[in-house]
Amino acid sequence: MVFLKLENIHHTYFTKKSATTALAGVTLEIGEGEFVSFLGPSGCGKTTLLSIIAGLIQPTEGAAFLEGVPVHKMKNQIGYMLQQDYLFPWKTIEENILIGLKLTKTLTAASRQNALRLLGQMGLSGFESSYPHELSGGMRQRAALVRTLATEPKLLLLDEPFSALDQQTKLRLENLVHSTLKSFGKTAILVTHDIGEAIAMSDRIFLLSPRPGTIYRSFTIPATLKTLSPFAARNHPDFQAVFQQIWKELDEIEAAT
Amino acid sequence: MKLKQQHKIALLHRKYIQTLKREKRWVRFYQAVIFILFFAVWELASRHSWIDPLIFSSPSKVWNLFVAKLYDGSLLAEAGYTLFETVAGFILGTLFGTVLAAILWWSPLLSKILDPYLVVLNSMPKVALGPILIVAVGPNVGSIIMMGMIISVIITAIVVYTSFKEVDPNYLKVLETFGATKTQKFAEAILPASFPAIISTLKVNVGLSWVGVIVGEFLVSSRGLGYLIIYGFQVFNFTLVLMSLFVIAIFATLMYQLVEYMEKRLIKHR
Repeated sequence: MVFLKLENIHHTYFTKKSATTALAGVTLEIGEGEFVSFLGPSGCGKTTLLSIIAGLIQPTEGAAFLEGVPVHKMKNQIGYMLQQDYLFPWKTIEENILIGLKLTKTLTAASRQNALRLLGQMGLSGFESSYPHELSGGMRQRAALVRTLATEPKLLLLDEPFSALDQQTKLRLENLVHSTLKSFGKTAILVTHDIGEAIAMSDRIFLLSPRPGTIYRSFTIPATLKTLSPFAARNHPDFQAVFQQIWKELDEIEAAT
Repeated sequence: MKLKQQHKIALLHRKYIQTLKREKRWVRFYQAVIFILFFAVWELASRHSWIDPLIFSSPSKVWNLFVAKLYDGSLLAEAGYTLFETVAGFILGTLFGTVLAAILWWSPLLSKILDPYLVVLNSMPKVALGPILIVAVGPNVGSIIMMGMIISVIITAIVVYTSFKEVDPNYLKVLETFGATKTQKFAEAILPASFPAIISTLKVNVGLSWVGVIVGEFLVSSRGLGYLIIYGFQVFNFTLVLMSLFVIAIFATLMYQLVEYMEKRLIKHR
């Protein structure tokens, strides 16, 4: 069954001097439990597309449907993770991870317990009353993940969530996020400009070409890589072949624009 | 070998701390020297009539008047009166300024409409409104507190509104993904993120409120330290003027210190 459906999405940003078309005719379908990536050079409208799926902005044309319902009519079914953690520095880790529940008025003893358990699973138990500045970058991004998952969204949007981290932390976090999402059976969309990351984490990759952003090609990752953890996938012999293939396509995009 | 290294580092650290301490002692020493020298030269100059003692008075005369007024209780009454007005004007100015900033943030359209008026109001010398206020409100505490407030309210609104606008939009995006309402966004991100800016306007407002209240008391001329100054001026008693100034300096400094203490408490986690 189609879980998320994007129908012919166009989006144009207007300023006094110009009208910039960020997205033109994006149509795609994603199944439940799938992990897909949007890969492409900067300026291909990846973040705009994500904001549209999250219902934060309305596309100038077209629509996005989650389980058949337009996304801007849905409430709290979609979790969004940003490039940086954006934990509120004046709140403790516990207050930070409970903010979503508080805002959606679903903070109960049970949902609080659930969030704290999740925090423990991320290896952050004992940091409940710490402040964000006392944690390392990787720990903060993990706390941000708990914040996103605490409201139990059906769809998770990850906007380059590992790009601000060092390589080692990034690889560890890729594994953690991947296994966490798979164990909950969550559908996820990852936006990235890192080819390796896209291959290692996803089931499917959409290659976007820039100005205006549109889907250039899509790749299905071979089953041999899909079932592996991101780190193991990076070391699998099939990984390089897929990498080369996507690399070539990206070159073509660059040549064409 | 390792032990030796550690010992060496500990020694260097101790040396570093000692340098810091020594520097601090010298700073304190020179501060004391300036203090003593200033009053000593003032006293001497006044006694030897190098400066006109009628205009510039002298530290001993100011001190004697201070003690005398303290004993007959009149100083405490006047100072308490002025302090109350200043604190009230200061709190009201900051409060209304912040509320005005919140309204401007709430309605971008309104803020665009009001922009030129805010600029005009901000550049206008607010104390010039004093006579009108006194006639409108009456020559009492009310109009003086209004003066203390009006002088700081517009600048507070402008500074705080600017800081509201500069809050990282990604914090708001986080809240929006949870479907936050405008009120929730204000309470969870905009206001707490702007506390440092609000506190720093408090620091400015301490000084401004004193200006407003003293000018108000000049005009109303019935009570308070501002009245003592204007009265001292009219009867050519500059000892009284300087003593009032001295008391104001002490209170203003104390208020500033209090705000600084609040700042440390409120924003320790950033």
